[in-house]
Amino acid sequence: MKPLRYILLTVAALTFIYPFVWMVSASLSSEAGLGSLTLLPIGASIQNYMTVFERIPLGRAFLNSLFVAVFTTGLVLLSGAMVGYALARMTFRGRDAIFYLIIFTMTLPFQITLIPNYITMVKLGWVDSYLALIVPFALNSLSVLLFRQAFAGLPQALIDAARIDGANELRIIFQILIPNILPTVLTITILTFMGLWNEALWPLIVIRDEATMTMPQLVTLFSVGGRADGQLGVKIAAAVLLALPIIILYLFFQKHFIRSMASSGMKD
Amino acid sequence: MKRLTPYLLVSPYLLHFLVFVAFPVGFSVVLTFHDWNIISPMKWVGLANYGRVFRDREFWQAVWNTLRFLVVHIPLQIAIALFLAELLNRTIRGAAFFRAAFFLPVIVSGVVVTILWQQLYSFNSGLLNRGLVGLGLGRVGWLDDPDVAMYSIAVMATWKNVGLYVILFLVGLQSVPEQYYEAADLEGATTWQKFRYITLPIINPTLFTVVVLSTIGGFSLFIEPYIMTEGGPLNSTLSAVMYIYKQAFQYYHMGYSATLGFCFALIILLVVIVQRRYVEKEV
Repeated sequence: MKPLRYILLTVAALTFIYPFVWMVSASLSSEAGLGSLTLLPIGASIQNYMTVFERIPLGRAFLNSLFVAVFTTGLVLLSGAMVGYALARMTFRGRDAIFYLIIFTMTLPFQITLIPNYITMVKLGWVDSYLALIVPFALNSLSVLLFRQAFAGLPQALIDAARIDGANELRIIFQILIPNILPTVLTITILTFMGLWNEALWPLIVIRDEATMTMPQLVTLFSVGGRADGQLGVKIAAAVLLALPIIILYLFFQKHFIRSMASSGMKD
Repeated sequence: MKRLTPYLLVSPYLLHFLVFVAFPVGFSVVLTFHDWNIISPMKWVGLANYGRVFRDREFWQAVWNTLRFLVVHIPLQIAIALFLAELLNRTIRGAAFFRAAFFLPVIVSGVVVTILWQQLYSFNSGLLNRGLVGLGLGRVGWLDDPDVAMYSIAVMATWKNVGLYVILFLVGLQSVPEQYYEAADLEGATTWQKFRYITLPIINPTLFTVVVLSTIGGFSLFIEPYIMTEGGPLNSTLSAVMYIYKQAFQYYHMGYSATLGFCFALIILLVVIVQRRYVEKEV
């Protein structure tokens, strides 16, 4: 029984890993090597990658993606901590109402808000600017809820002691409490960063100018437009470059990735 | 000042809510009663947009496509995720490695996964068809046959997401006390009985989560058909979001596409309510 289980598990693991290995190998192969099941590239060359960089500003898109994802994640952490703290540790009129609004927001299908949000971007003059990629994502309900839950679990004595020392609420949140809930901070960072890094639909709607595009958008347009000339190897090379940064992060933080995603799945 | 502090702290949320939730929801209601291309003034059309939704064959095609997607995607996802979770549940050595492997496609962009599978599914040079030809069988139009294409996308989506559900099921399975199974063994219960009467009731909430998340995912499908098939062949992979996108950004029918958004959201809600009743009654 036991060997059979390991055989099945190994087959399954290969089903999920091998396609990525194949991708890398195919991207380094000549067009002729694309149709075979290989581990190593056939007729190894970096021509596909050269072609990608010749035809689209992928380096620029990488920097755009990085800037948007890092900056927005920072804002999500800031706003989430402030709102989550107020909801968890302060009593004020309307607190419960705000909590229910957050739950409502989370269950609201984005299909309803997509078009009006695009119109807001047009009216604000944010089309083709980083603002359109950052501001709508600068706060999210899940991070507020996760912060609220984490702050609620901390002892009141921690806050009281800080108050006696004359700390204001912002100092209490960011200097005293945050160091005690780092796992939550990491969870929110991973979920937000990954979501932003992989987001393709919203950029496709609000960005038309190539210089402001993020990687998923640029790779998508490259892939569906004529610029890859139907060359599969070139498309696959672009896809490898898009996947690489997040896979590298995953190699370092895989347990945290899994735990974070699982905890967000459980919330729904 | 002290009394104002909490309001200052929640002000980012309130501002964000007003601009990106309350306003768009309100405005989309207004939009559904208008004809508007963003540039010229809005034109009041009453309920005409809603009437049009009912007669719009492409809208119903998109709903039908999503249901066809879900009919394959949900059972496949549950079966594979449960099977792998069950295998992992009694595995100690290497469990972390297998978990990490199953999870790999979950973290990668849908764009990457789609480009990868587009090659696997390719009619002439794809690995799948080469395999079939090698076995002496005929080629399948994975993305070229209107009767097949949506199911191909459903299989790809399962491959991408199943790792997450393995983890969720695993959490559920690990909360089943070992004594339950031991007691069942003493009573001479079969494997199926143990699964049906011990495991299933405990993982039922997870089952519901998987069903709901997959349903929402099905109605959110966009980038996969956008890259792979552009909704074709013969609109057989046109998804709900793709159709909203098409109406808004190819034809500039803002009023109509807002109406579509509303109707799709309503359908999601209905489907989830039906699923909730069914899944809860089942166990």
